[in-house]
Amino acid sequence: MTLEQAKTGEKLIIKNIEDPQMRVKAIRFGVTEGTEITCTEKLPYGPVVIRRGHQELAIGRGLARRITVEPA
Amino acid sequence: MVLTRINNKKLAREFGGKSGKRVIVLAGNPNVGKSVIFNALTNRYVEVSNFPGTTVEISQSALGEDLLLDTPGIYGVSSFNDEERVARDVILQADIIINIVNAMHLERDLFLTQQLIDMGIPLVVALNMVDEAQQNGIEIDHRVLAEELGVPVIPTVAVRGEGLEEVKAALAGASRGKRVSQVDALLAPLLAYFPSAREALLYLEEDPSVEIPPQMPEGAAGKQEEIYLLRRNRVNEIVKAVVKESSAGTGFAVRLGQMMLRTSTGLPLLILSLIGMYYFIGVFIAQVVVDFTEEVVMEGYYVPLVERLIERIFTPGSLMAYILAGEYGLLTMTMVYLLGLLMPLVAGFYFSLSLMEDSGYLPRVATLMDRLLVKMGLNGRAVIPIILGLGCVTMATITTRLLGSQRERIIATALLGIAIPCSAQLGVIFGMVAPLGPLYLVIYLATVGAVFVGLGLVMEKVLPGRSTDLLIDLPLLRLPRPGNILRKTYMRTVHFLKEAAPLFAVGALLISFMELSGILYRIQALARPLVQDWLGLPSEAATAFIMGIVRRDFGAAGLYALPLAPGQTLVALVAITLFVPCIASVLVILKERGAKDGLLIWTGSFVTAFLVGGLLARVML
Repeated sequence: MTLEQAKTGEKLIIKNIEDPQMRVKAIRFGVTEGTEITCTEKLPYGPVVIRRGHQELAIGRGLARRITVEPA
Repeated sequence: MVLTRINNKKLAREFGGKSGKRVIVLAGNPNVGKSVIFNALTNRYVEVSNFPGTTVEISQSALGEDLLLDTPGIYGVSSFNDEERVARDVILQADIIINIVNAMHLERDLFLTQQLIDMGIPLVVALNMVDEAQQNGIEIDHRVLAEELGVPVIPTVAVRGEGLEEVKAALAGASRGKRVSQVDALLAPLLAYFPSAREALLYLEEDPSVEIPPQMPEGAAGKQEEIYLLRRNRVNEIVKAVVKESSAGTGFAVRLGQMMLRTSTGLPLLILSLIGMYYFIGVFIAQVVVDFTEEVVMEGYYVPLVERLIERIFTPGSLMAYILAGEYGLLTMTMVYLLGLLMPLVAGFYFSLSLMEDSGYLPRVATLMDRLLVKMGLNGRAVIPIILGLGCVTMATITTRLLGSQRERIIATALLGIAIPCSAQLGVIFGMVAPLGPLYLVIYLATVGAVFVGLGLVMEKVLPGRSTDLLIDLPLLRLPRPGNILRKTYMRTVHFLKEAAPLFAVGALLISFMELSGILYRIQALARPLVQDWLGLPSEAATAFIMGIVRRDFGAAGLYALPLAPGQTLVALVAITLFVPCIASVLVILKERGAKDGLLIWTGSFVTAFLVGGLLARVML
């Protein structure tokens, strides 16, 4: 499944981030392939908000569609 | 001092190499208190933005015998945007780096720290905001952190000045620290080819700025992701070793942060903030403050004084007298506009923006607005130029630099140039629409809003390429410090005046020239049939449109004097809103976007204004 299909409150493991540049930027924020994250918010038709520890990130819908996750 | 793309050699010549003068660079993530520390160390304030962007400014100051340079807030040393490129170029010249780390965001911030260590630059870490971290139940053992990193770590509370003397003292013990061992192994064989480890590392990390040495064996680069992952793993290890969390921490800030994003509560909160901004800027500043600065100070005291002085020095009616103190005088009209009207309004917008930035609200507004902006070929970050555009289109166009791609910069500039009325104009427009009743206000807002969204939708379809996606850090909400907000507002307003004043002066000169040569009159004559037959307005309205090029509020104010029916007023105001921006904006658009795109936007605004105005006239008149 992709991050776009995540539900609010769901715990997930990042499997793959398609875009190489975004992958590298996400590593800087502590989100790598294999990281466990929580989906804390999903704006209707808008960004998906994820949290890892104290780090919260908003991810645009288009990018969320290109991130593969699986339930933790 | 503003350095956008810095020339390394020039920087080295200017700052380095001088006998005994070391270059000390402040580096850190956005929102870590860098401005406060720079200021405390040198007693001079510096412009910084928490939201990654706004302007790329580097400030410098003396620190004892040494030179202290500031850098924009960055998450790592690389080349993803202008700020990062500027910071990277300054960091490459550093003899010592003071790395400021936010104790609240250790996992995020230590990535940059470890990268600086991997570059082999002598480092001191200022572990800032330890008080806030403690209040949030985060205990950090700074001794263990210093041991793990191999560099001095000084706990600080910058806003109270705590720990800053210790940071200065620690500079003597600045150390290269412990490189991630696997990164060290990758780097070792390359060191011989580069002047320093920092260039070698950036080469390994695929940074486009590094020149590849001719003898370099191929296939050594291309390790950015591998190194980033090694570094990330190491940072996670360090965090595990040094952080003890006693509790989940503040409930309120986290819950408020979530409410700001949830549609059911986020939109009402956003609307509430906008209403607050309207009362602060639209009512307090535009009416109370501007009445005083423009009418009392500038027109009451300043202008008569200047006019008398000019009369003494130059013959009345001479060219110089006209250029300096005539209808569009450099010392009269330009100064009244810039200092009496625009400066207070722009300061008001910068104050609001700084408040939103420092509290952590701005990235949440960007997240909330992302879904709409994506459809218009932008992403949430574009809220910054759009909000600032309502203050001054000239200044907002400069901030489009922070957007992620050329495509987004073009779309944002076009929206600003065409569909965003600036504060100077908004005051006059609301003053004219309000007496017509709420129906006309709604039609005005709906028409301009529809053009704004429609234009974005069309550009997203038509322009080649794809815009960048939102990936934005949502820092924990915090109470902004009033001193910091005021200093930021001051610095940014001064920066605006420095950037914009020459543009407004050139604009006034151009208009004076057009007036004297008769070109202005001829343009008015040409525009008359269009205004009269197509828009259904009195032919004198053409003058108002041309005046709008000089000063946007003049354009709208020129309509005041005309006997217009309510429908005509509405048509005129819509057309003048969409009509070409003021001449200073046009100049900055040409400067930022180049001649081709600039002229296209200028023509576009002309066509849009008359097309939409004419269609509205068919419906309303």
